[in-house]
Amino acid sequence: MKGKNSAGFLVLIISIILIPFLVTNDYYLGVLIFTAFNCLASIGLCLLMGYAGQISIGHGAFVAIGAYTSGILTAKFAWSPWIAMLCGVLLVIVIAFCLGIPALRLKGHYLAMATLGFASIVHIVAVAAVDLTGGPSGLVNIPRLDFFGYVLNSDKQYFYFSWSVVALGVYIAFNLINSRVGRGLQAIHGSEDAAASLGINITSYKVQVFILSAVFASVSGSLYAYYMNYIDPGPFDVSYSVLLVTMVAVGGLHNIWGALIGAIFLSLLPEFLSFLSDYLQLLGIEYQPDYDTLVYGGILLTIMLFLPEGIFVSLVNAIGFVKASMKKLAGKKFSGGSAGREQ
Amino acid sequence: MNHTDGTLIDVLQFLFMGIQRGSIYAMVAMGFNMIYNATGIINFAQGEFVVLGGLMMVSLTMAFNLSIVFAFILTVLFVMVAGILMERLTINPVKEPTVLRLIIITIAVSIIIKGAAMCFWGKGSHYMRHFSSSESLDFYGATILPQTLWIFAILFFLVVAYVIFFNYTMTGKCMRACAINRDAARLAGINDRKMVMLSFALSAGIGAIAGIIITPIIQMDYTRGAMLGLKGFGAAVLGGLGNSMGAVFAGILLGILEALGAGYISSHYMDAIALVILLLVLFIRPSGIFGSSEAMRLKEF
Repeated sequence: MKGKNSAGFLVLIISIILIPFLVTNDYYLGVLIFTAFNCLASIGLCLLMGYAGQISIGHGAFVAIGAYTSGILTAKFAWSPWIAMLCGVLLVIVIAFCLGIPALRLKGHYLAMATLGFASIVHIVAVAAVDLTGGPSGLVNIPRLDFFGYVLNSDKQYFYFSWSVVALGVYIAFNLINSRVGRGLQAIHGSEDAAASLGINITSYKVQVFILSAVFASVSGSLYAYYMNYIDPGPFDVSYSVLLVTMVAVGGLHNIWGALIGAIFLSLLPEFLSFLSDYLQLLGIEYQPDYDTLVYGGILLTIMLFLPEGIFVSLVNAIGFVKASMKKLAGKKFSGGSAGREQ
Repeated sequence: MNHTDGTLIDVLQFLFMGIQRGSIYAMVAMGFNMIYNATGIINFAQGEFVVLGGLMMVSLTMAFNLSIVFAFILTVLFVMVAGILMERLTINPVKEPTVLRLIIITIAVSIIIKGAAMCFWGKGSHYMRHFSSSESLDFYGATILPQTLWIFAILFFLVVAYVIFFNYTMTGKCMRACAINRDAARLAGINDRKMVMLSFALSAGIGAIAGIIITPIIQMDYTRGAMLGLKGFGAAVLGGLGNSMGAVFAGILLGILEALGAGYISSHYMDAIALVILLLVLFIRPSGIFGSSEAMRLKEF
């Protein structure tokens, strides 16, 4: 990491350290912990969508597999949470490899549909395989995470832990982007034929990134299971996969910071909307949580139509534009002033 | 002897159920193909057209007590307008389309339609009266609902109309020309933008019809769009993307496989069967059972 990215990374670390001192309410701290899970999955998906140019509408399934592997191994077989999380990661690597090799040969729409179909299948299995997953009523008694006997009991501890994992994820993502693989991916994104003619093994690169992004999702799922101590299929339906795509697309497809900001923005949006609804009620507008879906869809559509680079890049561009025009303005003023003096 | 009879009746029963479900998948697949042929886009909101058709029909027949025929026409027109609006407002204005961006745009539209349907029609599932009697008929020991016969008849009618439209009318031929080569079609004086809009209207219309005729049997609710869309896409791929007659056969085949799987393997995993077939086709033979791999290579996707 260099330059602006390391400055951004520093800001991230400082915010992580400071936020629990500012947010003392347990409910909002909980919301921020969920935000961390979404951030982790979104960073992985951003690597796939923004840097490898492939779309997956099935990353919710990898989150679910991570969560369920962790949940089943710890709650039913009393394994250590860390080993269970590792098993989730290994399982996801195998599945992503098997799914990735044929699916990534396909392009665009086909991969989108294949991953969407995969997400549906995983959700159906989570509901139907009652013996293993507990079915619709869910899986209970999942333990909390511990460090050599030191259990992460409070929300504050879990906040620090989960956001540290996010920071680690960001660090890994930037390292990947600035590596040989990352440059190869950018070449693929530009033109697959040109990249192939330079000796880049396109399928192998895409599969590697697909697997890495699935691992991010799996870890996110495991952390979710250990925080909630309970999982059911509800949060892992297809619409969660769609939400992850939305987070990455709204924040900015081609930028890790964008994905992070998109994930934070959309994770906090329901809270903001319920906060806003009190004021809307004063104006005589009845806002209900049911409208949230419409708002999500509206935001996604607006961003895709008018700011296809996402919020983050557009914001950066806007700031750059303002800076440039300020400079111009200042220059004009200066020359105007001197002209006045000459008179 | 009796045992064999029972098995045969079971098979017949599953066949009826399969063809009934498959007809719907076939119609959704035809909708996918129309937009795909005109634009190269897979419309992820295709399933939502089906839901919109079903729910609108419920309101018109159950709340406003309109006659089936009148409500049918109004509903199809309503959803066609929704399709045209989608094309005009979200697809047409995109100046630098990339596959990724267009996919996300159609996903956004599907979220909006789903959200709007939830706000207007609520979260419950909706009952709608059958087109004619809801008493099942006896057919060699198996039972069949009159509504199922309606579904078969309407699919047959749609296929005939489709063939006539695309082979014997000027507009249909223009649409086919655009599907084969858009630039050449434009050079021949065909307004390709208009054809794209028409493809969205027709696709939405077919989706609406599918929703209208299946609602009395499955009781529509706002969440069904994604699964209907996925299975319809499965049928479209199985039949060779862009090939609508292939899609009809593939849709019915998919429906029958699903019904047999639900009957003989496990009803809990019924929805997964069609999806597993979709994945297998995508991985093993993405050109579909009727498509040739050479035709695939020519298509840009």
